[in-house]
Amino acid sequence: MSAMLELDAVSAGYGETEILHGINLHVDRGEIVVIVGPNGAGKSTAMKAVFGLLNIIAGEIRLAGEAITNTPPREVVMKGVAYVPQSANVFVSLTVEENLEMGAYVSAENPAARIEEIFELFPPLREKRRQPAGSLSGGQRQMVAMSKALMLHPKILLLDEPTAGLSPKYRGEIFQIVQNINAAGATILMVEQNAKQALNIAHRGYVLVDGENRHTGTGQALIADQEVARMFLGATAERPA
Amino acid sequence: MMEFLNFYLVPGVVLGCIYALGAIGISLTFGILRFSNFAHGDTMTLGVYITLSLVQVSGLHPLAVAPVAMLLTTGLVLGMDLAFFKPFRKSPTIMLVIASFGLMLMIRSMIQFFWGVQLHALRIGIEKMAFFGPFAILPRHIMIVGAAVVLMMAVHLMLTRTKIGKAMRATSDNPELAALTGIDTELVIRATWAMGASLAVAAGVFLGLDTHVETMMGFKLLLPMFAAAILGGIGRPYGAVAGGLVIGIVEELSSYPWIGETPLLSPGYKAGVAFAIMVAMLIWKPQGLFRGRQF
Repeated sequence: MSAMLELDAVSAGYGETEILHGINLHVDRGEIVVIVGPNGAGKSTAMKAVFGLLNIIAGEIRLAGEAITNTPPREVVMKGVAYVPQSANVFVSLTVEENLEMGAYVSAENPAARIEEIFELFPPLREKRRQPAGSLSGGQRQMVAMSKALMLHPKILLLDEPTAGLSPKYRGEIFQIVQNINAAGATILMVEQNAKQALNIAHRGYVLVDGENRHTGTGQALIADQEVARMFLGATAERPA
Repeated sequence: MMEFLNFYLVPGVVLGCIYALGAIGISLTFGILRFSNFAHGDTMTLGVYITLSLVQVSGLHPLAVAPVAMLLTTGLVLGMDLAFFKPFRKSPTIMLVIASFGLMLMIRSMIQFFWGVQLHALRIGIEKMAFFGPFAILPRHIMIVGAAVVLMMAVHLMLTRTKIGKAMRATSDNPELAALTGIDTELVIRATWAMGASLAVAAGVFLGLDTHVETMMGFKLLLPMFAAAILGGIGRPYGAVAGGLVIGIVEELSSYPWIGETPLLSPGYKAGVAFAIMVAMLIWKPQGLFRGRQF
Protein backbone atom coordinates (compact mmCIF):
# COMPACT_ATOMS: atom_id res chain seq x y z
CA MET A 1 0.00 0.00 0.00
CA SER A 2 1.27 3.43 -0.81
CA ALA A 3 0.95 6.18 1.75
CA MET A 4 -1.10 9.12 0.49
CA LEU A 5 -0.35 11.27 3.50
CA GLU A 6 2.43 10.86 6.06
CA LEU A 7 3.21 12.86 9.18
CA ASP A 8 6.72 11.96 10.23
CA ALA A 9 7.66 13.02 13.80
CA VAL A 10 5.78 16.30 13.38
CA SER A 11 6.04 18.95 16.08
CA ALA A 12 3.89 21.96 15.43
CA GLY A 13 2.13 24.84 17.13
CA TYR A 14 0.97 28.42 17.00
CA GLY A 15 3.99 30.70 17.01
CA GLU A 16 6.28 29.48 19.78
CA THR A 17 3.66 27.37 21.59
CA GLU A 18 4.16 23.73 20.68
CA ILE A 19 0.98 21.66 20.63
CA LEU A 20 2.02 18.56 18.69
CA HIS A 21 5.11 16.83 20.06
CA GLY A 22 6.44 14.61 17.32
CA ILE A 23 3.39 12.74 16.10
CA ASN A 24 3.54 9.98 13.50
CA LEU A 25 0.59 9.20 11.32
CA HIS A 26 -0.07 7.89 7.85
CA VAL A 27 -3.07 7.43 5.62
CA ASP A 28 -2.88 4.90 2.81
CA ARG A 29 -4.63 5.30 -0.52
CA GLY A 30 -8.32 4.42 -0.24
CA GLU A 31 -8.41 4.35 3.56
CA ILE A 32 -10.63 6.04 6.12
CA VAL A 33 -8.40 6.98 9.05
CA VAL A 34 -9.88 8.49 12.20
CA ILE A 35 -8.11 10.52 14.86
CA VAL A 36 -9.75 10.41 18.28
CA GLY A 37 -8.70 11.74 21.65
CA PRO A 38 -9.76 14.03 24.46
CA ASN A 39 -10.28 17.77 24.02
CA GLY A 40 -7.03 19.63 23.60
CA ALA A 41 -5.17 16.52 22.43
CA GLY A 42 -4.15 18.20 19.19
CA LYS A 43 -6.51 16.35 16.84
CA SER A 44 -7.62 19.39 14.86
CA THR A 45 -4.13 20.83 15.16
CA ALA A 46 -2.76 17.81 13.30
CA MET A 47 -5.08 18.57 10.39
CA LYS A 48 -4.27 22.25 10.39
CA ALA A 49 -0.58 21.33 10.32
CA VAL A 50 -1.13 19.40 7.09
CA PHE A 51 -2.90 22.42 5.65
CA GLY A 52 -0.10 24.85 6.39
CA LEU A 53 -2.20 26.75 8.91
CA LEU A 54 0.34 26.62 11.68
CA ASN A 55 4.03 26.56 12.16
CA ILE A 56 5.72 23.17 11.83
CA ILE A 57 8.70 23.22 14.15
CA ALA A 58 10.17 19.81 13.37
CA GLY A 59 9.40 16.74 11.29
CA GLU A 60 8.05 16.34 7.79
CA ILE A 61 4.65 16.05 6.12
CA ARG A 62 4.50 14.18 2.81
CA LEU A 63 1.68 14.00 0.28
CA ALA A 64 2.08 10.95 -1.98
CA GLY A 65 5.78 10.99 -1.16
CA GLU A 66 6.29 14.71 -1.81
CA ALA A 67 7.23 16.95 1.15
CA ILE A 68 4.57 19.62 1.80
CA THR A 69 5.83 20.81 5.19
CA ASN A 70 4.85 24.45 5.83
CA THR A 71 3.25 24.87 2.39
CA PRO A 72 0.68 27.72 2.28
CA PRO A 73 -3.00 26.59 2.20
CA ARG A 74 -3.68 27.64 -1.39
CA GLU A 75 -0.76 25.53 -2.66
CA VAL A 76 -1.84 22.58 -0.52
CA VAL A 77 -5.25 22.80 -2.24
CA MET A 78 -3.58 22.86 -5.65
CA LYS A 79 -1.56 19.77 -4.72
CA GLY A 80 -4.82 17.89 -4.10
CA VAL A 81 -5.71 18.16 -0.41
CA ALA A 82 -9.18 19.33 0.57
CA TYR A 83 -10.06 20.38 4.08
CA VAL A 84 -13.50 20.76 5.66
CA PRO A 85 -13.20 22.76 8.90
CA GLN A 86 -15.43 21.95 11.84
CA SER A 87 -17.51 25.12 11.76
CA ALA A 88 -18.17 27.98 9.33
CA ASN A 89 -17.35 25.59 6.49
CA VAL A 90 -19.71 26.96 3.83
CA PHE A 91 -20.09 30.43 2.36
CA VAL A 92 -23.49 31.21 3.89
CA SER A 93 -24.42 34.08 1.56
CA LEU A 94 -23.50 32.16 -1.60
CA THR A 95 -25.90 29.69 -3.17
CA VAL A 96 -25.25 25.96 -2.94
CA GLU A 97 -24.12 25.97 -6.55
CA GLU A 98 -21.79 28.92 -6.02
CA ASN A 99 -20.26 27.15 -3.02
CA LEU A 100 -19.48 24.20 -5.28
CA GLU A 101 -18.02 26.52 -7.92
CA MET A 102 -15.73 28.00 -5.27
CA GLY A 103 -14.66 24.46 -4.40
CA ALA A 104 -13.23 24.28 -7.92
CA TYR A 105 -11.66 27.75 -7.76
CA VAL A 106 -8.07 26.62 -8.36
CA SER A 107 -9.06 24.77 -11.54
CA ALA A 108 -9.40 26.64 -14.82
CA GLU A 109 -11.97 24.15 -16.14
CA ASN A 110 -15.70 24.77 -16.21
CA PRO A 111 -17.08 23.08 -13.08
CA ALA A 112 -20.61 22.52 -14.48
CA ALA A 113 -20.13 18.83 -15.31
CA ARG A 114 -18.57 18.05 -11.94
CA ILE A 115 -21.42 19.88 -10.17
CA GLU A 116 -23.88 17.54 -11.91
CA GLU A 117 -21.87 14.52 -10.67
CA ILE A 118 -21.95 15.95 -7.14
CA PHE A 119 -25.72 16.34 -7.34
CA GLU A 120 -25.92 12.63 -8.24
CA LEU A 121 -24.00 11.88 -5.03
CA PHE A 122 -26.03 14.32 -2.91
CA PRO A 123 -29.54 14.48 -4.43
CA PRO A 124 -31.01 16.80 -1.74
CA LEU A 125 -28.60 19.51 -2.85
CA ARG A 126 -29.92 19.59 -6.41
CA GLU A 127 -33.27 21.09 -5.46
CA LYS A 128 -31.54 23.61 -3.19
CA ARG A 129 -28.92 24.64 -5.72
CA ARG A 130 -30.14 28.24 -5.98
CA GLN A 131 -30.66 28.72 -2.23
CA PRO A 132 -28.09 30.45 -0.04
CA ALA A 133 -26.12 27.80 1.85
CA GLY A 134 -26.90 29.67 5.07
CA SER A 135 -30.59 28.78 4.69
CA LEU A 136 -29.95 25.01 4.82
CA SER A 137 -30.17 22.72 7.85
CA GLY A 138 -26.99 21.72 9.69
CA GLY A 139 -26.82 18.33 8.02
CA GLN A 140 -27.34 19.73 4.54
CA ARG A 141 -24.74 22.41 5.18
CA GLN A 142 -22.32 19.64 6.06
CA MET A 143 -23.18 17.99 2.73
CA VAL A 144 -22.43 21.27 0.93
CA ALA A 145 -19.12 21.57 2.78
CA MET A 146 -18.12 18.02 1.85
CA SER A 147 -19.22 18.31 -1.77
CA LYS A 148 -17.39 21.60 -2.08
CA ALA A 149 -14.25 19.80 -0.91
CA LEU A 150 -14.84 16.92 -3.36
CA MET A 151 -15.17 19.19 -6.43
CA LEU A 152 -11.59 18.67 -7.61
CA HIS A 153 -11.27 14.93 -6.84
CA PRO A 154 -8.81 15.54 -4.00
CA LYS A 155 -6.08 13.00 -3.30
CA ILE A 156 -7.10 13.18 0.35
CA LEU A 157 -10.05 14.72 2.15
CA LEU A 158 -9.55 16.09 5.68
CA LEU A 159 -12.75 16.22 7.74
CA ASP A 160 -12.65 18.03 11.07
CA GLU A 161 -15.50 16.71 13.25
CA PRO A 162 -18.09 16.45 10.46
CA THR A 163 -20.86 15.45 12.89
CA ALA A 164 -20.25 18.13 15.53
CA GLY A 165 -23.50 19.72 16.59
CA LEU A 166 -25.69 17.42 14.48
CA SER A 167 -28.63 15.38 15.75
CA PRO A 168 -28.08 11.58 16.01
CA LYS A 169 -30.17 11.07 12.86
CA TYR A 170 -27.97 13.35 10.78
CA ARG A 171 -24.85 11.94 12.45
CA GLY A 172 -25.58 8.50 11.05
CA GLU A 173 -26.32 10.01 7.66
CA ILE A 174 -23.00 11.87 7.58
CA PHE A 175 -21.05 8.71 8.53
CA GLN A 176 -22.92 6.90 5.74
CA ILE A 177 -21.92 9.66 3.30
CA VAL A 178 -18.30 9.41 4.43
CA GLN A 179 -18.39 5.68 3.68
CA ASN A 180 -20.02 6.30 0.31
CA ILE A 181 -17.47 8.83 -0.86
CA ASN A 182 -14.70 6.54 0.39
CA ALA A 183 -16.20 3.70 -1.62
CA ALA A 184 -16.21 6.05 -4.61
CA GLY A 185 -12.43 6.34 -4.27
CA ALA A 186 -11.71 9.16 -1.83
CA THR A 187 -9.01 8.77 0.81
CA ILE A 188 -10.20 10.29 4.08
CA LEU A 189 -8.59 11.51 7.30
CA MET A 190 -11.20 12.43 9.88
CA VAL A 191 -11.16 13.87 13.39
CA GLU A 192 -14.21 12.85 15.45
CA GLN A 193 -15.68 13.31 18.90
CA ASN A 194 -18.19 10.54 18.32
CA ALA A 195 -15.29 8.13 18.55
CA LYS A 196 -17.10 4.81 18.58
CA GLN A 197 -19.26 5.48 15.53
CA ALA A 198 -16.30 6.93 13.68
CA LEU A 199 -13.97 4.03 14.51
CA ASN A 200 -16.70 1.67 13.36
CA ILE A 201 -16.44 2.92 9.78
CA ALA A 202 -12.66 3.49 9.90
CA HIS A 203 -10.01 1.23 8.48
CA ARG A 204 -7.57 2.46 11.08
CA GLY A 205 -7.51 4.93 13.94
CA TYR A 206 -5.09 6.92 16.03
CA VAL A 207 -5.58 8.02 19.62
CA LEU A 208 -3.83 11.29 20.39
CA VAL A 209 -3.31 12.50 23.95
CA ASP A 210 -1.50 15.72 24.86
CA GLY A 211 -0.10 16.10 21.35
CA GLU A 212 1.44 12.62 21.29
CA ASN A 213 0.50 9.27 19.78
CA ARG A 214 -1.07 7.07 22.48
CA HIS A 215 -2.64 4.15 20.59
CA THR A 216 -2.97 3.09 17.04
CA GLY A 217 -4.66 0.17 15.34
CA THR A 218 -7.60 -0.87 13.22
CA GLY A 219 -10.90 0.75 14.05
CA GLN A 220 -12.27 -2.50 15.54
CA ALA A 221 -9.12 -3.14 17.59
CA LEU A 222 -9.33 0.33 19.13
CA ILE A 223 -13.00 -0.13 19.99
CA ALA A 224 -12.10 -3.44 21.67
CA ASP A 225 -9.15 -1.96 23.59
CA GLN A 226 -9.96 -1.67 27.30
CA GLU A 227 -8.00 1.49 27.98
CA VAL A 228 -9.26 3.29 24.90
CA ALA A 229 -12.80 2.29 25.76
CA ARG A 230 -12.42 3.52 29.31
CA MET A 231 -10.87 6.82 28.27
CA PHE A 232 -12.88 7.87 25.24
CA LEU A 233 -15.73 5.61 24.32
CA GLY A 234 -18.83 6.43 26.24
CA ALA A 235 -16.95 7.30 29.43
CA THR A 236 -16.27 10.93 28.63
CA ALA A 237 -18.04 12.22 31.76
CA GLU A 238 -15.60 10.41 34.02
CA ARG A 239 -12.57 11.93 32.36
CA PRO A 240 -10.40 13.64 35.02
CA ALA A 241 -10.42 17.39 34.64
CA MET B 1 -46.93 67.53 -4.03
CA MET B 2 -44.89 68.36 -7.14
CA GLU B 3 -42.62 70.52 -5.05
CA PHE B 4 -41.97 67.51 -2.83
CA LEU B 5 -41.17 65.33 -5.83
CA ASN B 6 -39.11 67.84 -7.81
CA PHE B 7 -37.12 69.52 -5.07
CA TYR B 8 -36.83 66.87 -2.36
CA LEU B 9 -37.36 63.33 -3.61
CA VAL B 10 -35.44 63.57 -6.89
CA PRO B 11 -32.40 65.30 -5.35
CA GLY B 12 -32.60 62.71 -2.57
CA VAL B 13 -32.44 59.87 -5.08
CA VAL B 14 -29.50 61.57 -6.84
CA LEU B 15 -27.63 61.99 -3.57
CA GLY B 16 -28.58 58.45 -2.61
CA CYS B 17 -27.06 57.08 -5.83
CA ILE B 18 -23.82 58.93 -5.07
CA TYR B 19 -23.70 57.60 -1.50
CA ALA B 20 -24.59 54.11 -2.70
CA LEU B 21 -21.73 53.93 -5.21
CA GLY B 22 -19.28 55.18 -2.61
CA ALA B 23 -20.60 52.87 0.09
CA ILE B 24 -20.14 49.73 -2.04
CA GLY B 25 -16.36 50.26 -1.88
CA ILE B 26 -16.38 50.89 1.87
CA SER B 27 -18.50 47.82 2.49
CA LEU B 28 -16.41 45.52 0.27
CA THR B 29 -13.13 46.82 1.70
CA PHE B 30 -14.40 46.13 5.19
CA GLY B 31 -15.68 42.69 4.24
CA ILE B 32 -12.57 41.56 2.40
CA LEU B 33 -9.65 43.52 3.90
CA ARG B 34 -11.42 43.85 7.24
CA PHE B 35 -10.77 47.47 8.05
CA SER B 36 -12.57 50.80 7.77
CA ASN B 37 -10.85 52.62 4.95
CA PHE B 38 -10.77 56.29 5.89
CA ALA B 39 -8.89 57.08 2.66
CA HIS B 40 -11.95 56.10 0.57
CA GLY B 41 -13.36 59.63 0.47
CA ASP B 42 -10.07 61.16 -0.60
CA THR B 43 -9.59 58.42 -3.19
CA MET B 44 -12.83 59.77 -4.60
CA THR B 45 -11.50 63.35 -4.55
CA LEU B 46 -8.33 62.19 -6.31
CA GLY B 47 -10.35 60.59 -9.09
CA VAL B 48 -12.44 63.74 -9.51
CA TYR B 49 -9.32 65.92 -9.88
CA ILE B 50 -7.86 63.48 -12.41
CA THR B 51 -11.18 63.74 -14.29
CA LEU B 52 -10.99 67.53 -14.05
CA SER B 53 -7.51 67.57 -15.60
CA LEU B 54 -8.57 65.14 -18.33
CA VAL B 55 -11.55 67.37 -19.14
CA GLN B 56 -9.30 70.44 -19.31
CA VAL B 57 -6.79 68.64 -21.56
CA SER B 58 -9.23 66.86 -23.87
CA GLY B 59 -12.24 69.18 -23.83
CA LEU B 60 -14.52 66.15 -23.64
CA HIS B 61 -17.54 65.68 -21.35
CA PRO B 62 -16.60 64.55 -17.80
CA LEU B 63 -18.57 61.30 -18.19
CA ALA B 64 -16.61 60.53 -21.38
CA VAL B 65 -13.24 60.78 -19.63
CA ALA B 66 -14.42 59.30 -16.29
CA PRO B 67 -13.57 55.71 -17.33
CA VAL B 68 -9.97 56.80 -17.95
CA ALA B 69 -9.89 58.51 -14.55
CA MET B 70 -11.30 55.33 -12.98
CA LEU B 71 -8.49 53.28 -14.50
CA LEU B 72 -5.79 55.77 -13.47
CA THR B 73 -7.16 56.01 -9.94
CA THR B 74 -7.33 52.22 -9.70
CA GLY B 75 -3.65 52.07 -10.67
CA LEU B 76 -2.73 54.61 -8.01
CA VAL B 77 -4.82 52.82 -5.37
CA LEU B 78 -3.16 49.48 -6.18
CA GLY B 79 0.19 51.21 -5.65
CA MET B 80 -1.02 52.62 -2.33
CA ASP B 81 -2.16 49.14 -1.30
CA LEU B 82 1.33 47.78 -1.94
CA ALA B 83 3.00 50.60 -0.01
CA PHE B 84 0.60 51.22 2.88
CA PHE B 85 -1.70 48.24 3.41
CA LYS B 86 0.01 45.07 2.20
CA PRO B 87 2.73 45.23 4.89
CA PHE B 88 -0.07 45.21 7.51
CA ARG B 89 -2.19 42.35 6.06
CA LYS B 90 -1.68 40.13 9.11
CA SER B 91 -1.53 43.00 11.64
CA PRO B 92 -4.32 44.03 14.01
CA THR B 93 -7.10 46.00 12.32
CA ILE B 94 -6.29 49.20 14.15
CA MET B 95 -2.97 49.48 12.30
CA LEU B 96 -4.72 49.34 8.94
CA VAL B 97 -7.26 51.91 10.09
CA ILE B 98 -4.51 54.26 11.21
CA ALA B 99 -2.59 53.64 7.98
CA SER B 100 -5.71 54.56 6.01
CA PHE B 101 -6.12 57.68 8.15
CA GLY B 102 -2.57 58.76 7.36
CA LEU B 103 -3.06 57.96 3.70
CA MET B 104 -6.24 60.04 3.70
CA LEU B 105 -4.32 63.10 4.89
CA MET B 106 -1.50 62.47 2.41
CA ILE B 107 -3.80 62.13 -0.59
CA ARG B 108 -5.67 65.31 0.31
CA SER B 109 -2.46 67.29 0.84
CA MET B 110 -1.08 66.07 -2.49
CA ILE B 111 -4.28 67.15 -4.24
CA GLN B 112 -4.12 70.57 -2.58
CA PHE B 113 -0.44 70.84 -3.51
CA PHE B 114 -0.86 69.96 -7.18
CA TRP B 115 -4.32 71.37 -7.97
CA GLY B 116 -4.69 74.13 -5.36
CA VAL B 117 -7.56 74.66 -2.92
CA GLN B 118 -9.86 76.85 -5.02
CA LEU B 119 -13.23 75.63 -6.26
CA HIS B 120 -13.50 74.17 -9.75
CA ALA B 121 -16.43 73.23 -11.94
CA LEU B 122 -16.82 70.13 -14.07
CA ARG B 123 -19.50 71.79 -16.19
CA ILE B 124 -20.09 75.40 -17.16
CA GLY B 125 -23.33 77.35 -17.44
CA ILE B 126 -26.76 77.02 -15.91
CA GLU B 127 -28.97 74.06 -16.73
CA LYS B 128 -32.65 74.49 -17.38
CA MET B 129 -35.02 72.02 -15.84
CA ALA B 130 -36.77 69.71 -18.26
CA PHE B 131 -40.54 69.67 -17.75
CA PHE B 132 -42.77 66.64 -18.11
CA GLY B 133 -46.13 68.12 -17.27
CA PRO B 134 -45.83 69.32 -13.69
CA PHE B 135 -42.83 67.06 -13.13
CA ALA B 136 -39.53 68.90 -13.56
CA ILE B 137 -36.05 67.45 -13.46
CA LEU B 138 -32.53 68.69 -14.21
CA PRO B 139 -31.02 66.87 -17.22
CA ARG B 140 -27.88 66.19 -15.20
CA HIS B 141 -29.97 64.39 -12.59
CA ILE B 142 -31.34 62.06 -15.27
CA MET B 143 -27.79 61.46 -16.46
CA ILE B 144 -26.45 60.79 -12.93
CA VAL B 145 -29.21 58.39 -11.95
CA GLY B 146 -29.00 56.63 -15.33
CA ALA B 147 -25.24 56.19 -15.13
CA ALA B 148 -25.45 55.06 -11.49
CA VAL B 149 -28.04 52.41 -12.40
CA VAL B 150 -25.81 51.16 -15.23
CA LEU B 151 -22.84 50.94 -12.84
CA MET B 152 -24.87 49.13 -10.17
CA MET B 153 -26.05 46.62 -12.75
CA ALA B 154 -22.44 46.12 -13.87
CA VAL B 155 -21.44 45.50 -10.24
CA HIS B 156 -24.32 43.06 -9.83
CA LEU B 157 -23.33 41.13 -12.97
CA MET B 158 -19.69 41.04 -11.91
CA LEU B 159 -20.53 39.79 -8.41
CA THR B 160 -22.98 37.11 -9.54
CA ARG B 161 -21.77 35.99 -12.98
CA THR B 162 -17.97 36.08 -12.92
CA LYS B 163 -15.61 33.79 -11.08
CA ILE B 164 -13.68 36.66 -9.49
CA GLY B 165 -16.92 38.35 -8.43
CA LYS B 166 -18.16 35.19 -6.72
CA ALA B 167 -14.74 34.81 -5.11
CA MET B 168 -15.07 38.39 -3.82
CA ARG B 169 -18.44 37.59 -2.24
CA ALA B 170 -17.04 34.36 -0.81
CA THR B 171 -14.05 36.16 0.71
CA SER B 172 -16.26 38.88 2.13
CA ASP B 173 -18.48 36.17 3.60
CA ASN B 174 -15.70 34.12 5.24
CA PRO B 175 -12.05 35.10 4.60
CA GLU B 176 -10.57 32.10 6.44
CA LEU B 177 -12.66 29.60 4.50
CA ALA B 178 -11.81 31.42 1.25
CA ALA B 179 -8.11 30.87 1.91
CA LEU B 180 -8.73 27.20 2.78
CA THR B 181 -10.71 26.77 -0.42
CA GLY B 182 -7.74 27.92 -2.49
CA ILE B 183 -9.18 31.28 -3.49
CA ASP B 184 -6.39 33.64 -4.55
CA THR B 185 -6.96 36.23 -1.84
CA GLU B 186 -4.42 38.71 -3.20
CA LEU B 187 -6.21 38.72 -6.56
CA VAL B 188 -9.53 39.21 -4.75
CA ILE B 189 -8.00 42.12 -2.83
CA ARG B 190 -6.81 43.78 -6.05
CA ALA B 191 -10.24 43.33 -7.62
CA THR B 192 -11.81 44.86 -4.50
CA TRP B 193 -9.58 47.92 -4.72
CA ALA B 194 -10.32 48.26 -8.43
CA MET B 195 -14.07 48.05 -7.93
CA GLY B 196 -14.10 50.29 -4.86
CA ALA B 197 -11.88 52.96 -6.42
CA SER B 198 -13.72 52.97 -9.75
CA LEU B 199 -17.12 53.35 -8.10
CA ALA B 200 -15.79 56.05 -5.77
CA VAL B 201 -14.46 58.01 -8.77
CA ALA B 202 -17.82 57.66 -10.53
CA ALA B 203 -19.65 58.84 -7.40
CA GLY B 204 -17.27 61.78 -7.05
CA VAL B 205 -17.68 62.81 -10.68
CA PHE B 206 -21.47 62.67 -10.28
CA LEU B 207 -21.20 64.86 -7.20
CA GLY B 208 -18.86 67.22 -9.07
CA LEU B 209 -21.35 67.45 -11.93
CA ASP B 210 -24.19 68.14 -9.53
CA THR B 211 -22.31 70.70 -7.44
CA HIS B 212 -18.66 71.69 -7.78
CA VAL B 213 -15.19 70.27 -7.27
CA GLU B 214 -13.20 71.02 -4.11
CA THR B 215 -10.51 69.22 -2.15
CA MET B 216 -12.74 68.36 0.83
CA MET B 217 -15.58 66.88 -1.22
CA GLY B 218 -14.64 63.24 -0.67
CA PHE B 219 -13.96 63.69 3.01
CA LYS B 220 -17.37 65.26 3.48
CA LEU B 221 -18.93 62.17 1.91
CA LEU B 222 -17.07 59.78 4.19
CA LEU B 223 -19.61 59.93 7.02
CA PRO B 224 -22.74 59.34 4.92
CA MET B 225 -20.93 56.59 3.00
CA PHE B 226 -20.00 54.82 6.24
CA ALA B 227 -23.53 55.33 7.51
CA ALA B 228 -24.86 53.75 4.30
CA ALA B 229 -22.47 50.79 4.57
CA ILE B 230 -23.45 50.19 8.22
CA LEU B 231 -27.16 50.62 7.52
CA GLY B 232 -26.98 48.01 4.75
CA GLY B 233 -24.80 45.62 6.74
CA ILE B 234 -21.06 45.79 6.45
CA GLY B 235 -19.59 43.49 3.78
CA ARG B 236 -22.90 43.38 1.88
CA PRO B 237 -22.64 45.32 -1.41
CA TYR B 238 -26.39 45.21 -2.05
CA GLY B 239 -27.00 46.45 1.46
CA ALA B 240 -24.65 49.35 0.74
CA VAL B 241 -26.76 50.35 -2.27
CA ALA B 242 -29.97 50.20 -0.26
CA GLY B 243 -28.31 52.03 2.65
CA GLY B 244 -26.98 54.76 0.35
CA LEU B 245 -30.38 55.37 -1.21
CA VAL B 246 -32.11 55.47 2.17
CA ILE B 247 -29.60 57.92 3.66
CA GLY B 248 -29.59 60.18 0.60
CA ILE B 249 -33.38 60.34 0.48
CA VAL B 250 -33.82 60.74 4.25
CA GLU B 251 -31.23 63.55 4.32
CA GLU B 252 -33.11 65.49 1.64
CA LEU B 253 -36.56 64.77 3.07
CA SER B 254 -35.45 65.88 6.52
CA SER B 255 -35.65 69.51 5.39
CA TYR B 256 -39.11 69.20 3.79
CA PRO B 257 -41.75 71.29 5.58
CA TRP B 258 -43.60 68.25 6.93
CA ILE B 259 -45.18 70.26 9.75
CA GLY B 260 -46.20 73.86 9.02
CA GLU B 261 -44.36 76.13 6.60
CA THR B 262 -40.75 75.83 7.70
CA PRO B 263 -38.31 72.97 7.00
CA LEU B 264 -38.64 70.17 9.53
CA LEU B 265 -34.91 70.29 10.01
CA SER B 266 -32.70 73.16 8.90
CA PRO B 267 -30.70 72.04 5.82
CA GLY B 268 -27.58 72.78 7.86
CA TYR B 269 -28.31 69.65 9.91
CA LYS B 270 -28.48 67.32 6.88
CA ALA B 271 -25.14 65.73 7.70
CA GLY B 272 -26.39 65.03 11.22
CA VAL B 273 -29.15 62.83 9.79
CA ALA B 274 -26.64 60.30 8.43
CA PHE B 275 -24.80 60.40 11.73
CA ALA B 276 -27.99 59.82 13.69
CA ILE B 277 -28.91 56.84 11.50
CA MET B 278 -25.42 55.40 11.89
CA VAL B 279 -25.44 55.71 15.68
CA ALA B 280 -28.95 54.27 15.92
CA MET B 281 -27.98 51.29 13.76
CA LEU B 282 -24.82 50.62 15.78
CA ILE B 283 -26.85 50.63 19.00
CA TRP B 284 -29.93 48.68 17.98
CA LYS B 285 -29.06 46.70 14.88
CA PRO B 286 -25.27 46.55 14.42
CA GLN B 287 -25.52 43.79 11.82
CA GLY B 288 -27.39 46.17 9.50
CA LEU B 289 -30.50 45.57 7.43
CA PHE B 290 -28.82 42.84 5.36
CA ARG B 291 -27.20 40.92 8.21
CA GLY B 292 -23.61 41.95 7.58
CA ARG B 293 -20.66 41.45 9.88
CA GLN B 294 -20.74 43.06 13.30
CA PHE B 295 -18.06 45.46 14.45
